[in-house]
Amino acid sequence: MTGAPLVDVHAHFYHAGCGRADWQAVNAARLRAGARVGITCHVASILGSFGHTSPTYFASPADVRRANDEMLALQAAHGALVRSYVHVNPNEGEAALAEIARCVARGAIGVKLAASRRADDALLDPIAADAGRRGLPVLHHIWQYRRREWGGQEASDGAELGRLAERHPGTSFILAHIGGGGDYAHTFHAVRDLPNVYLDLSGSGVDRGMLDDALAAVGPGRLLWACDVTIETGLAKLRALEVIGLSEADLALVRAGNAARIFPAGSFDETARSEARGRREEITA
Amino acid sequence: MLDVHTYIGAYPFRHLPHPDPEVLVRVLAREGVEGAWVGHLPSAFYRDPTHGNAALYAALERHRDTLAPAPCVRPDWPGWQRQLREAVDRGAPAVRAYPPQWGLAAGHPDMRALADAAGEAGLALVLTVRFEDVRQRHWMDGAGDLSAAAVRDLARACPHARVVVCGAGREMIEETVWGLTPAERARVWWDISWIWGPPEDHLAHLLRTVGADRFVYGSGWPLRLTQTPRANLELLPDELAHVSLADARGIAGAR
Repeated sequence: MTGAPLVDVHAHFYHAGCGRADWQAVNAARLRAGARVGITCHVASILGSFGHTSPTYFASPADVRRANDEMLALQAAHGALVRSYVHVNPNEGEAALAEIARCVARGAIGVKLAASRRADDALLDPIAADAGRRGLPVLHHIWQYRRREWGGQEASDGAELGRLAERHPGTSFILAHIGGGGDYAHTFHAVRDLPNVYLDLSGSGVDRGMLDDALAAVGPGRLLWACDVTIETGLAKLRALEVIGLSEADLALVRAGNAARIFPAGSFDETARSEARGRREEITA
Repeated sequence: MLDVHTYIGAYPFRHLPHPDPEVLVRVLAREGVEGAWVGHLPSAFYRDPTHGNAALYAALERHRDTLAPAPCVRPDWPGWQRQLREAVDRGAPAVRAYPPQWGLAAGHPDMRALADAAGEAGLALVLTVRFEDVRQRHWMDGAGDLSAAAVRDLARACPHARVVVCGAGREMIEETVWGLTPAERARVWWDISWIWGPPEDHLAHLLRTVGADRFVYGSGWPLRLTQTPRANLELLPDELAHVSLADARGIAGAR
C-alpha cells in the first residue's frame, strides 16, 4: 500500500505557549516520522497550552482560542498535509459553539473534545448537534473502561460516549485511542451496536488481539487508523492490519477511506476521497 | 538479531491469540529476527516454577535452532540452584525472574543471590517490568511494576550480574542508569519494547545519551505486537538510522 492515502485522525502539535522548550522539535519529529510512514494527512489539535497555563483537559478559554489559532496556522502552512480540529471546552456553553463557528470558517474540519465534562453530560448536546449539522465528526478523548475518577481529567469511557452518540445519531463520533489506556475490551462491547461511533486505533498500547477484536466488534467500516503520541505504534498496527486478514479494500478504508467518508467533503486529497467513494459504491451494490 | 522478550503459553488475565512456539518461529521469520529467548508466561504466576520449566523445555525441543529457553528461577524457593543448574545443562542463555509477582522487594537478598549465581554461570537474568499497561489491569493483578530501585540494587550489589530488563520506559531507564556508576550500569541491558518513538523520540534520546550498546531488541510477544520494535528502529532520526543495538549473544557469554 506504499503511496496510498493514509490519514492520521488523531494527531497533536505544540506551540510556543505550551511551556516546553522542544516544541518545535516535537512538531518536526511528527512530520519527519509521518513522511517515513507515508501519512498523507495529520488531522490534529492542540489542547490549549498542554498544561502550561491551564490544565490539558480543563483548558481555559484563552488557551483554547490561542491553540486553535496556532493549529489553523499550521494547517495554512502545510497545505493538505495538516488539517485542524477545533478544540472546545463544553463548560463554555455558547462560547464553545462560537469557537466552533469561528474555526470552521477558517478551515477546521472536526471538533475535538477532551475531558473537561463527562461525555454523556447534557452540556455536550448542543456541541454534538452543531457538529452534526455542520457534518463535522467529533473526536472524543476516552479512558477505556473508566471504573473511577482519574486525576487531571473528567474522563469518559465507551459506554458514556455511547450515550451521547445514541442521542445524536446524525453525528459521527470518533472514540479516541483504543490503545491509549484502560480496558479496550469493554469499549468494543459498549459501542458495537452504535453505527455512528468509530474507533481510532491510536495509543501506545499494542496488545496482540486488540485489533482482531476491534475488527470483529465493528467491522472495517468503523475503524480509523491513527497515532496520537506514538507514531511507531501506529506503524506497527498498520503492519499488523496487513497480516490479520483484512482485504486490500478494507485496509484502504481503515487507512483513509473511512476518514474521507466522515469528514467534510474536500478535507483530504482526491485520491483518498475517490477510494472511499469506490468502496461505498461496492458496499451499496 | 535476537528477540530477548518473548514467551509461550497463556496469560491469566486476557485471551492471547495462539501463543505457541510454532507461531513464534513464523513471526520471527516474518520480522527478519534470527531467534528469541523464550519464557513460559504462565510460570510468572505459578508459585512453583518446576512444571512450567518442564513444559517450556518440552515445547521448544523441536525449535531449538531458533528458540532458546529462558526458564524461570524463583530464588526464595527451596532448591532453586537445581533449576539454575538445569538451565545451564540445557544450554539456556538466560533465566527469568519475576520479583513483583513473588513479593520480593528491592534489595531482597535472594534476588541478589540469583543475579550473581546466574552471572557466574554465564547466564543473563531477565526481569520484566510489566506485562500490561497499568491502566488496564485485572483487579486481581495487583503485583505492580518492577521498580528502578530493584534494578539499581542488583547492579550495585552483584558484580557478576548480567541483567536484561524488559518493558521499561524512558523514565525508569534514566532513573536506573544515572543512579549507577559506569561499572554498575555496564551490568544492565534494556529491551526496546516499551520505549516511545516519535514524535517524543524517547528511543532516540536514550540511544544518544545512554548509548546503543545498552539496548537489545525485544518485542513482548505474544502479549504485544511483534512489529513494534522494528517500526521504532525504522523511525529513528536520520543520524541514528544505522545504529546497532547490543547483540544479546554477547550478554549471555558464549551461549
